[in-house]
Amino acid sequence: MYVPVKGGEAAIAESRKALARARRGDPAVPELTVAQIREQMRGAVDRVMTEGALYDRDLAALALKQAQGDVAEATFLLRAHRAMLRRMGHSEPLDLSAIRPDRHISATAKELPGGQILGATCDYTHRLLDFSLMGKAAPFPEAASGLDDMPPDFPRAKGEEGEDEPVDITRVPLRPPYGPSETLGHLVRGEEGFLTGLAYTRLRTAGAAHPYVEDLVAGEVEVSVALEDIGLTVSIGDIELTACRMVAPVLDGPRSHLSPGFGVAFGCNERKAVAMAAVDQALKSGLDSELVLAHADGVEAGGYVSHLKLPHYSDFQADLETIRRLAADD
Amino acid sequence: MTETFAYLDEDSKRAVRRTILKALAVPGYQVPFIAPEMPIAYGWGVGGMVVTASLLGADDRLKVTDHGSDETVNAVNIRAFFTRTAGIGTTTRTREATIVQVRQRVPEAELVERQVVVYQVPRPDPLRAFVDSAVEAARMHAHADYGRVYTRLFEEKTGSHGAVQPGYDYPVLVQGRYLMSPSPVPKRDNVRLNDCPAIQIFGAARERRLYALPPYTRVESIAFEDVPFDPGLPEDGRRCVVCGCGESHLDHLLLRDDGMSEWVCSDTECCAERADA
Repeated sequence: MYVPVKGGEAAIAESRKALARARRGDPAVPELTVAQIREQMRGAVDRVMTEGALYDRDLAALALKQAQGDVAEATFLLRAHRAMLRRMGHSEPLDLSAIRPDRHISATAKELPGGQILGATCDYTHRLLDFSLMGKAAPFPEAASGLDDMPPDFPRAKGEEGEDEPVDITRVPLRPPYGPSETLGHLVRGEEGFLTGLAYTRLRTAGAAHPYVEDLVAGEVEVSVALEDIGLTVSIGDIELTACRMVAPVLDGPRSHLSPGFGVAFGCNERKAVAMAAVDQALKSGLDSELVLAHADGVEAGGYVSHLKLPHYSDFQADLETIRRLAADD
Repeated sequence: MTETFAYLDEDSKRAVRRTILKALAVPGYQVPFIAPEMPIAYGWGVGGMVVTASLLGADDRLKVTDHGSDETVNAVNIRAFFTRTAGIGTTTRTREATIVQVRQRVPEAELVERQVVVYQVPRPDPLRAFVDSAVEAARMHAHADYGRVYTRLFEEKTGSHGAVQPGYDYPVLVQGRYLMSPSPVPKRDNVRLNDCPAIQIFGAARERRLYALPPYTRVESIAFEDVPFDPGLPEDGRRCVVCGCGESHLDHLLLRDDGMSEWVCSDTECCAERADA
C-alpha cells in the first residue's frame, strides 16, 4: 500500500515559520546585513558565486543570509535564481595575461615575471583562533606600498584551442564524448569538496602522476562582449577571479611530456581552482570522465541525497518482501 | 591564552617520542603514530613539525629549510611557529643546530652525531606507488617482497613498457631489510642518507606513519649488482650564478632572453659560505 506525501498545509506553514525563527537567531543580537556578508564573508560569497554560476556579490550574500550560511543551500538558491535570467550570449575569452594580480605564485618557477606576490592568503598563517577578533572593532590594517609598481603583463599560455564557441552546459545535455569546454564548464560549477577529494585520491593512487602548480593567480580581469550588430567588442566591466595552471609529467618513453590542467573560480578561491586544475589534468590521464562530470554538481548531488528523506514506503515495502522471501528459502 | 611549550600537550609529545624510539629500533619500518593536529595545513610539513615539537627542549637550536633554503615561505613560517610557541633559538647554520627540519632536500652541510634531521614526508610507503591496497603493501613489507619494485627498475633499464622511476623519492633499502621512501629529495641526495652520523627521523602526519634511521645506518638506493645506482647528476656543465659551484644541487632560476638557463644552488647555507669564501 502506498501512502502519498501528506504534510498538511498548516504543518508546512509552521515548518517555514520555524525556519525563519532559526535564521534570525536571538532577536537581541542585531540582524546581519547583506552588505556585511558581502564584505566580510568573502570566501563563502565567492564560493557561492562560483558553484552558483552567477557573478553577483549582492545576490550571493543574500543567498547566504537566507540559507543561514549553508553554502550548499545558498548555491542552490543562486542557481534557481539564475534559471530565471535571460541568456544574453557569451563573452569573449578572458585575457588572463592582462589580469591585475592581487596574488601570483608558482610552485615550479623560482623567478616569476613580476615576482611572486603572496597577497591575501591563509597559507602562511598559523591556524590559531585569534581571540582579538572577539572584540568589536579590530584596527584596519594598512596595505604595503609598492604592489602597484609590479608590471601588470606577464606571458601566460592560452587555454585549450580548438573550440570556437564555448559549450553552455545549461543548454547542452551531458553526453559523451565530452569536449574541453564542456568539461571545464562542469568542473567550474562542480562542488569544491568533491573536486578536492577527487584530486586527493589521485595524489594517493598508485601510478598517478604528481601535478605541479605552474601558475596560480588571483585578481581583476576585464570582461568583453562582441556586439555583432554593430561590429564592436565592448568592455562590460571587471570581475575578480582565481585561475590555476597545473602541469603533470607523463612518462612514456620518447612521447614523455608535461600534461596541462586548468582551473578557475570566481573571486578568491584557490582551493577550488587548484583542485579543479588537478582534476582537469587527471581527466586527460585516464580519470573516468563519467564519474567526475556526472557527479561533480553539488546541487544535483545534494538534491538526490536529500531525496532519501522523502517517503519511500512502496519501494521499501517491496524490498522487505523480497528479503523475507529470500530469507525463508534458506 | 596560555600555550604549552612547542604547542603540543606533554602526553601527545611523549606518545610521539615513544613512536620515535620504536622507529629507531626497527630502522626503515613505518610505525603508525598519532600525529596530533597542528595549526598548519596537512601537506605543509605537519609530520615534521610534530616530530620537532616532541623533541624540542628549551636549549635546542632549530634550523628549518624547504628545498635547501632557510628563506622560502614555508621554512620561514615553520621556524616562526617554533620561535613563538617554544621560544627556542633558531639558526641558519647547520653546525649550530641541534635539530634540522627539512623538506625535499638532505642538508648538504656536514652533519654530526649530536644532531637530529627531521624530514617532512608526503608519501611514506614506496610500495604505494605500485599497489593501492594498504593491506597488500604491509604484507609485501612483512615478507620483504620487493619484486615488483625491482621489476619496474628492470623494465626501466631495458626500456620496456616506458617504465621509469622518477628523479626524486627514489626508494632505498635500509640495512638490507626495509624498503623506505627517502621523502621527495632529489635522487642524488640518497647517498647522503647512508652512514650518516646524525639521527634521521621521517614524519608523515596525514598518513599517520613515522620511520627513522639511527646514526650510521646502511642505506642503499635500489639497484642491481651489475647495474649500479645512477644518482642522476647533470652533465651540461651548469653552475650556480651566485657562488659558481658546479657540484651542488642546482635549481633552475630563469631562462634568459638569449635562451640560456641560469642556475642557483638549492642549499642556501652552503652557497652563501662558498660565495663569502
